[in-house]
Parts: sequence; structure tokens; C-alpha cells
Amino acid sequence: MTLSPSSIDQVTPGQGAVAQPSVRARRRRFRFVANAKAATGLTILGGYALLAVIGPWIAPYDPDARGVDVLQAPSTRHWFGTTHLGQDIFSQILVGARSVMVVGLIAGVLATILSILIGVTAGYLGGAADEGLSALSNVFLVIPALPLIIIVASLVDQAGELLVALIIGLTSWAWGARVLRAQTLSLRRRDYVEAARATGERTWRVIGFEILPNLTAIIASGFVGTVIFAVMSEITLAFIGISSVSSWNWGTILFWAQGQQALAQGAWWWFVPAGLAIALLGTALALINFGIDEFVSPRLRTGGRTRIRTADGRTVRMRVGFTPVLAPKAAPVEMQDTRKDVTP
Amino acid sequence: MNGKVLEVRGLCVDYGIGADAVRAVRDVDLTLHRGEVLGLAGESGSGKSTLAYGLTRLLPPPGVVSGGQVIYHPADGPPVDVLTLSPARLREFRWAQTSIVFQGAMNSLNPVHKVSTQLLDVIRAHEPSSTAAGRLARAKDLLRLVGIAADRLDSYPHQLSGGMRQRVMIAMALALEPQVVIMDEPTTALDVVMQRQFLGQLAELRERLGFAVLFITHDLSLLVEFSDRIAIMYGGRIVEEAPAARLYAEPLHPYTEGLLHSFPALHGPRRELAGIPGSPPDLRAMPAGCAFHPRCPKAFEPCDERVPVLGPPGVDDPTRAVACWLHPAVTPLPR
Repeated sequence: MTLSPSSIDQVTPGQGAVAQPSVRARRRRFRFVANAKAATGLTILGGYALLAVIGPWIAPYDPDARGVDVLQAPSTRHWFGTTHLGQDIFSQILVGARSVMVVGLIAGVLATILSILIGVTAGYLGGAADEGLSALSNVFLVIPALPLIIIVASLVDQAGELLVALIIGLTSWAWGARVLRAQTLSLRRRDYVEAARATGERTWRVIGFEILPNLTAIIASGFVGTVIFAVMSEITLAFIGISSVSSWNWGTILFWAQGQQALAQGAWWWFVPAGLAIALLGTALALINFGIDEFVSPRLRTGGRTRIRTADGRTVRMRVGFTPVLAPKAAPVEMQDTRKDVTP
Repeated sequence: MNGKVLEVRGLCVDYGIGADAVRAVRDVDLTLHRGEVLGLAGESGSGKSTLAYGLTRLLPPPGVVSGGQVIYHPADGPPVDVLTLSPARLREFRWAQTSIVFQGAMNSLNPVHKVSTQLLDVIRAHEPSSTAAGRLARAKDLLRLVGIAADRLDSYPHQLSGGMRQRVMIAMALALEPQVVIMDEPTTALDVVMQRQFLGQLAELRERLGFAVLFITHDLSLLVEFSDRIAIMYGGRIVEEAPAARLYAEPLHPYTEGLLHSFPALHGPRRELAGIPGSPPDLRAMPAGCAFHPRCPKAFEPCDERVPVLGPPGVDDPTRAVACWLHPAVTPLPR
């Protein structure tokens, strides 16, 4: 009962399973973008990013320049109307986009890096290091973030963009660190991580090559969440007048609108565009977040798409345990036949 | 061994819809007679599990049944097509008429509930009018049936051995006395000693209760011993179907022959073990003609052009069917 070597040679694995690799690879690469939510979110975010870059150049007016048209409703000259000083609100929004995006991005990157450093280290090292780092993130978790930001920002006279971004980033990493620590705790006991350690891989390599890739999705959605929080915080700070009111962002517009009682004067164009811009940015980021979730967890993906249209225009409901049948229903005549078969 | 209990006609199962759909099961005809054990064997990816889940409509998305009929003949009453049942009727039908034993018994039992809870739950769901005492007595009977002491009802799954868990699964499958039990590789997670025990018990139970079994496995040696008939699947089609002893003695399809030659015989002269060269076909790009022809040592002229039809290989031989140009079907198998 020997296995002849010739028969082993004959077995060439993967012979049957040959597909066009380039097409499949390309499809896989764009699968995330193929998700409708992610695509929508990315498109909107891309639009904002573009505004952040070219906004100040394409703005029709200087946002600070006073004009003769005071508190004008939207018109062809001033698309979004003017303020009580005759400033063009459309220009203010265009110019303000850069500050919002920059602060959101810097704060998001900073908080994400901090949360990875602290969360993954705590989860992987365990012991005293874990205790210490967990205590630190617990402290940051219970500190109410926005009041802290307000206090720190108000210590500095007329806080600039970068400072605001730094403060937000330094105070909003704790939640992400906590989540990453929990996931790392579960990952470090997996066999492949143990195997990597047993073969003598260095700690940084185990973390960088075995653990971090598995955390990509959590890190990505944590980043998006932090960006939302950072944008909202920056706008809040500007709205209540903590950060510099001379640099434009959408919060500053709302600050002036509030200060000049735009609502009471019926000047809806003063705060509605800025509010919508904020809401749309938040929506885009949330959509990207949903997209990441669905991309990472196929269960969510199929759960979200239970109705599928077939080629002949019928709609089929996908449901676990009740596999849809696409075939035309059995003709009753045929059923009669089977009954005849069985009676004798 | 009289009459049909489950009849599959031209069943097609796809993964996905439209142009990207992968046809995992194509035009499968299969008949399960009352009280028989029908073995379904084939390599990984040949579609055997997909067939079983397709005919019970248990395939998770994106699986869809794209054609055919699955006709169930109850002991009393007219036959029903499982594929046309409404969800409510399907829920009633399941477990009471056909039950299924899944691959990993370890994962099928809920670890936080006692065996009794899970067993009683089934009976309560399907027979709401039964009394608590009656259900408990039934559960005890069921455990005894599979050779487990009745006091094990209060155990949690982790307190049972692998073999016992598998037997609990069988007990659960038999709880409502179904006519058909589908077993999807129930022995893969067990060692050979447990496999033996399990099969012995199954044979005994079948003798006593008279249900029919559709037994899915890639272990052909197991089937030869245990089943009445064997169907061999390849590339989503059934390529050969025959009484177990005859299939073992004289396989007609080269693929069956290859399978039979890939495990050693206990008796008889030593022979060289030969694997089947190559690997299973890619279901997205099936070869033209017979799906097996690229790997077939006996492939000849029509094999790469026309798909052979499953049918009896000779006029005198209505008990077996094969889909191979070496043994062209006399007539398509009458059903």
C-alpha cells in the first residue's frame, strides 16, 4: 500500500481553479468603493477636500471685506446672501472649509495614533503596563472632553487652528484606545500570534505584522469617528467664541449669526448654509463609517441587501433559512403525475 | 424499501444572481426511497452539501435555488413540493418531516443551555399542545434511544464527549420522528472508533424507526459499508448512482473508480493506491462536455464536447445509472 511517487507528481493543485486574476484583483480592490454608502460618503468628502484646497482661491469675495449690500437675501451677486456688515456668506463658507477639514484631519490623525500607541501597547503587553495605560485612558474617558477643550483653549488668547486641533486630538483618543485594547487582548491569544512569539519574533514585529493588520477596520472607523467629533468640537468652539473669531470656519459664521440675532431678523441664509455644510460633512463621514462596517463584516453586508432583483425583473428576498426559489412554480398537472406514481 | 419518500428532479442551485452566478448544483435527479440510506459522496466543492442545503432550502444568501422540484411524499396525504412551500408551511415541514444533522455537533449545540432545554424546545415548538411531563418523558426516551443515560438531560454540551454530543444531535433530529434525516458529514469530527459506534447506532435506529437517510460524506469507504445506494457527485452533477455493493465491485465512471482507488482495501491483494490527478473544476469556468474529462485517464473523443446524460448503462441494469460516454445511457433514467 504505497503511494507511488508518480501519482503525487500528477497532482498539480490549482489546475482547475484558474480564473482571470487581473479582473478578480481589480474587482477586489474596488469592492470597498462599490459599496453604495462608502462611495457616496467618499464622493462628498472628496468634494469637501477639494473645497479645502481651492476654496480660498475660488471665493468670489474676500470673506472679511465689508460691502454696501447689508443683510441681503441670496441673489446672483451673493449666492448665499450677505451679513450685517455686507460680507459675502458664500465666500465665508468656501474659505471656512479649509479650517474645518484641516482641524478634523489633524485631530483625527493625532487621536488615532495616540489610541493605537496606548491601546495596542496596553492590550499586548498586559501586566503593569496595561494597568497604567488603562488607568490613563480611563481618566481621559471620564474627563468631559468639550469643557476641558474650552478651558484649555480659553487659557490661550485667541486659539489658532493648529492649537485647537492639538487640543482636540490630545483629549479624544481614550475611547479608541479602550476599544483597541479590548480587541488586542483577544487577538494576542490567537494561535498565529502565539506562533509568531514562539518563533522568536520581536514584539514590535508581532504587533506590526500580526496584530495591527487585524485591527485595520477598527482603526479606520475610529479615525472617522474622531474626525466627526473633532469637526463638531471645532465648530462648537468657534460658535461659542473660544477660538479665534478672525479666522473663518463654519462655526465662526454661526457665531456671528447668533451674535447678530440672524434668526430674529429673518436672515435664514446666514446660518442655514453653514448648518447644512456641517450636516453634509457629518453625513459623509458617517456613511464612510457604515461602509467600513459593511466591508469588514459580510454579515452586515448581506443583511443590508436582502432584496435582490433578478434578470427577469422579479425581486427575490434573501433570508437565512428560507432560500429563495427562482424556478417557475411546479405545474399542478405534474403534481398529479407524482401522486399516481406513489399510490400503488 | 418501498415507495419514494423524497424525489429531487432537475434541481439547480446557484450562488448569486444574474451573470455572475455560480452554478454549484446542476440538474440533479435523486430519489430517496422509504427507509433506505442513500450515500452522497464526492470531493470538496463537488456540491454535495450545497445540494443538501438547497433541497431543504437552508442555503444562506447568496445561495438561490434556480430550478427543479423537490417532492416529498408524506406517509399520508398528497405529495408536496418543498420548493413551493410558504415560509410558515416550511417551518412546520422542517424537523417534523425532514431533519438535518450538521457537520460539527460541537458547534450546533448552544453551549449555555442544557441538553434538556434544547431538546424540549423542539418538541414544544412543533407540538404546542403537549404537556411538560409528556415532553420530558419523550426527551428521556430519545436520549435512551441513542444510548445516553436519561440523567444526562441536565448536562451542558461541554460536559459531554464529542461522540455523545453527536448522538444528542441525532436524538434531536429524531425528536419528531421525521421520515427523512439528512446528515451532512456527521462523522468528520469523530475519530474512527466513534465513527464505528455512531454508524452502528444509526443503522440500528433506522431499523427500528424506519426513516430514510441522505448521508453526505467524502469518505467513500464509510458509505460502501453503511449505505444501500451511493450517488457520486462531481462538479455539481451526479455522475454515478448504484447499489453500494455493486458500485464498490464494479465502478463504471472513471471518477468513481478513482475515488475507490484512493483508499486501501482491507481484504484482497495489495494494490497500488492511485490518487486522482488534478483538482476539482472551477465552478465559474467549467470545462465543456463532461466536467471530469480534463482529469479523466479514459477520456476520448466525445468527452470534451458533449455532456453525458445520467442513465442506466445497459438494458438489463435498471438499478444503476452513470453519466459517462464509456457507458452511454440506453435511455434517460425513468423516474
